[in-house]
Amino acid sequence: MAIDLLYFAGIREAIGLSGERVDPPASVASVVDLVDWLVARGNGYVTAFADRTKLRAAIDDRFVDLNASLAGAREVALFPPVTGGAA
Amino acid sequence: MSALRVLVQREDIDVGAELARLEALGGGGIASFTGVVRGEGGMEMLELEHHPGMTEKVMRDIAEQAADRWSLVGVTVIHRYGPLRAGERIVLTAAAARHRHAALEACAYLIDWLKTEAPFWKKEHFADGRSAWVETRKSDAAATDRWRA
Repeated sequence: MAIDLLYFAGIREAIGLSGERVDPPASVASVVDLVDWLVARGNGYVTAFADRTKLRAAIDDRFVDLNASLAGAREVALFPPVTGGAA
Repeated sequence: MSALRVLVQREDIDVGAELARLEALGGGGIASFTGVVRGEGGMEMLELEHHPGMTEKVMRDIAEQAADRWSLVGVTVIHRYGPLRAGERIVLTAAAARHRHAALEACAYLIDWLKTEAPFWKKEHFADGRSAWVETRKSDAAATDRWRA
């Protein structure tokens, strides 16, 4: 099933895209599976996801654990830890 | 029901007008926090990126939690995005309550949670051409943790 991916901050820059639509195989069941599948494409994906401790995800606008299931997901956002606000 | 005002915008924040709006609700105690870009170490410009679909939802959740926890009369949370120069306002959190403690505590709660939960990322651009994404700080998570007690 096709999923819309969104990339932000350093991950967006490393991949060189702000988002894309992908159609991963059925074996891709979780966010981690999805990231592994993207990394297999090489290049910017390898750099973007090199440090998994600094990877955060949201499915359909809700923060999720990286082990979260992709079942029913329409949109997956991948990004570094947030640094909003000031002071 | 408290009056919730949650905005994500490029434009500057009119703090005076926002506080007047809260004062008009009749609560009696109004507290606010304004975040301004620090121009340290030759930093010229701060670029704020956000997740457009998600940001307002997360900010609204945080505002609702504060409103419930302190029975607020009104809550205002406004966050800017885009390029911001040193001295420009980034964020305003403000709360109107019947008494000062609720207003002050709610205001601190709002900014602590925004820093760790709202999907914003900051990139610093320096005068010498360098630029770097701001890393999270352990102190931010610690500031949020104190509200879990």
